[in-house]
Amino acid sequence: MTLRFYAVAYLIFLYAPIALLPIFAFNDGTIIAFPLQGFTTQWFGELRTTPALHEAVKNSLIIAVSSAVIATLLGICAARAGQMETFPGKGGVIGFIMLPLVLPEIIVAVSLLVVIVRVMGLPLGNWTIILAHVLICMPFCIAVLNGAFAGLDKSMEEAAMDLGQSRWGAFRLVTLPLIAPGIVSSLLISFTISLDEFIIAFFLSGNSPTMPVYIWGLLRFPEKLPVVMALGTILVALSIVLLTIAETMRRRGLRRAGLKDTGGFL
Amino acid sequence: MNELIRLRGIHKFYGDFHALKGINLTIRKGEFFSLLGPSGCGKTTLLRTIAGFEDPTEGTLSIDGRDMRRVPANERPTNMVFQSYAIFPHLSVAENVGFGLRKDPRSKDEKTRAVGRALEMVGLAGYGTRRATALSGGQRQRVALARALILEPKVLLLDEPLSALDKKMREQMQVELIRLQRHVGITFILVTHDQEEALVMSDRIAVMFEGEIGQLADPETLYRRPVSKKVASFIGMMNFLDGRVTAEGPSIAVEVAGLGRCEVPAEQAPGGISAGAITVGIRPETLAILYEGETTDRRVVDGVVDEVVYYGDMTYYDVRVDGVEKPLTISMKNLIGRPVLDVGAATRVVWDARSLVLLAG
Amino acid sequence: MATRGGLGQEARRSIALLAAPFSYAILLLAMPLGAVVLFSFWTQDFLDIDTTFTLANYEEALSQPIYRMLLGRSLWIAGAVTLVTVVLAFPIAYFVSFYVAPSRKSLWLFLITIPFWTSYLIRVFLWKVILGFNGVLNTSLQGLGFIDEPLTFILYNANAVVITLAHAFAPFAILPIFVALERIDRSLLEASQDLGENKVTTFLRVTLPLAMPGVVAATLIVFIPTIGDYVTPRLVGGPDGLMIANMIQTQFLRLNNAPLGATLAILAMLSVTVIALLFIWLNRKWLRTR
Repeated sequence: MTLRFYAVAYLIFLYAPIALLPIFAFNDGTIIAFPLQGFTTQWFGELRTTPALHEAVKNSLIIAVSSAVIATLLGICAARAGQMETFPGKGGVIGFIMLPLVLPEIIVAVSLLVVIVRVMGLPLGNWTIILAHVLICMPFCIAVLNGAFAGLDKSMEEAAMDLGQSRWGAFRLVTLPLIAPGIVSSLLISFTISLDEFIIAFFLSGNSPTMPVYIWGLLRFPEKLPVVMALGTILVALSIVLLTIAETMRRRGLRRAGLKDTGGFL
Repeated sequence: MNELIRLRGIHKFYGDFHALKGINLTIRKGEFFSLLGPSGCGKTTLLRTIAGFEDPTEGTLSIDGRDMRRVPANERPTNMVFQSYAIFPHLSVAENVGFGLRKDPRSKDEKTRAVGRALEMVGLAGYGTRRATALSGGQRQRVALARALILEPKVLLLDEPLSALDKKMREQMQVELIRLQRHVGITFILVTHDQEEALVMSDRIAVMFEGEIGQLADPETLYRRPVSKKVASFIGMMNFLDGRVTAEGPSIAVEVAGLGRCEVPAEQAPGGISAGAITVGIRPETLAILYEGETTDRRVVDGVVDEVVYYGDMTYYDVRVDGVEKPLTISMKNLIGRPVLDVGAATRVVWDARSLVLLAG
Repeated sequence: MATRGGLGQEARRSIALLAAPFSYAILLLAMPLGAVVLFSFWTQDFLDIDTTFTLANYEEALSQPIYRMLLGRSLWIAGAVTLVTVVLAFPIAYFVSFYVAPSRKSLWLFLITIPFWTSYLIRVFLWKVILGFNGVLNTSLQGLGFIDEPLTFILYNANAVVITLAHAFAPFAILPIFVALERIDRSLLEASQDLGENKVTTFLRVTLPLAMPGVVAATLIVFIPTIGDYVTPRLVGGPDGLMIANMIQTQFLRLNNAPLGATLAILAMLSVTVIALLFIWLNRKWLRTR
């Protein structure tokens, strides 16, 4: 079947770059090209002894965790409102919140740079990146959480209230457990986006770079490339683990709500 | 005296849409009450107003003498069985049934026993540990019932509870609901669009159209003496003929198109009429076909069979009668010795003035 | 109690809930965008900003060949990337929707999405490794004896940018098309065949038109962000592959000319918006006239 053959070829195209990562990460040579020179774990060792990298990783983690939490909280509000009774202009409001999804990231970066540095005269730092990352993660959170809320029968909460719970009690006891998997996958997805985001971070990072900005710096030094490969290998492994958890949670959520699986994250 | 719920002048607007147009209604203690009407007539809105999920735009609602204004759903002495049942999928059957007992001061053991009794009452003893998502439609319905009844509400509200079930299951649940209501003695308010369901189950029925109550009566009155053409055509089948009132009194003299002049008891005009043009309603089962060799002392009119629909136990005939605009629909039991007539057969139709309903307009 | 004709209680609650995310977006998206617009009408005067209203930046941006050329090339590359990405993505979406067993669909989607979530920078860099003069592709092809000389048309030019971005945006194109295909009631296809169409004409007359909303979404979701990318052109584009975003970045971070950078950003955004709207309009027209 030609279509299946094409699909497999396409998957190879998708995975080709990632497959090369570990190969060069363990290659005992500074030039990133075939033929391979032999096996080494030296590049991973170098990662451990580079304080600048550790600093960058720390920055990235702070940014990613904060962005994920804030974006998910805001996303819960928006997604829940999205399922509720409509009012004039609601589509426009939600559309505007979703706008960063189709806005070139450089526009977000530039506009925040102008306001923070030029207009307000504040120094750049991790917080400026967090502000921007929340903005670009929010649409993804809303998309994921919409799925979680949409699978929810509206009369569930009413039933809880009918059985004596307050509005908040109904949300906590019924809605929250049912959308919990969606929340987890929203957190993980924003975390992953933020951790990997470069275009905005490059514009908005202050004196201490985030991990992608640090990697960008390394790419200019050929002798550092194997280290980048080693770092990339770890990141890919980490992403796969996080995404697998996110996907498992999403499926569990569907099962819990008694729904059929219909698709992926978006 | 034994009134439980009192609705006065209830109006509900959604934007410009007038969903409830001044509902006045009193529901008694311990009765099985139905809100019947086509979809969009406001019956569910009215039920949700009683439950506290909708605020009336105008009007007052009191339950057991207490004004329900600003009383949220969770503090009202009502419990609801939702159309979708709204069984919490993350909880077990027992947890679902015990959901409303969280603030109950009883001990954990007592609550567990209460849950067991509730499950037993709806025929689900031993199902407590099952996952709610693993239940069939009929079982979910029972869980929803147990979950609502365990709180011993003054009123149980049922929003189209049988619409998701197949025909057999629906008929079985109708009987069980009646039995359950008699057993617990709680007022049940049922919302349904199924007239048969309402007739079978209810002590009294309010028929609603476009946000208003068309008629409020017990099933028999509703069926035999509908007050309007709308009610008459919504409930059961009815032939409509043109008529003219010629004299009023304890019995009303009417000239019925195609059937002739007759005297109708005044109670057969429940909606009230005035002299002049009216509509005369006749139920198909109050008409009969006079077979060869049969005689009757009632009035007879000649007709020709226009259409035959065979149902097994019954046959529905459309019979064309001179002077009657639409063919008369007649239902006949398929008794032994009664052949099914063919289309085009000349026949005679028996009718009785006592079974006519006189309707205004 | 609700007032007659006013908003329901629930509508008011949903407004309250939307307030937080909406004000966030106003504060950190609408206002900054407004500031960018404002800046584009100002000028950089060494270290200061001259706040007199002027169209000088627009005149410069539209008259200098370098900016025109970069913008034109960006649009051209973005168009090519979009075309390649969507055309490559459609069969995959079609395959997963129509030929993969329902229980395995989410596994396929998962496999398609994973590469997208792994470090973007490193992925782009690896394409450089694959496509380079001594890269994986050339050495393997030479080793296998398919070519004698390394292929040079695949790195440091627009082709490399197209390949790399087609890879980067693959899931963005596949998912919307997949969703649109999933929504198609399969009995429509049977109805079409029952009415005398064969598989190919059924695809053209039923499947494709119904999948169009997904294709449109995919097109926009790939086209728009591509304009704003400066990593891929910088890493694999060479001098002939640089795009408008590289110039915006240079104006802001190197030349410190924020007003001109803002102008270029706005021009880029405007052209993208115009093209996107034109595309949507043409698509609607095309669908309606059929």
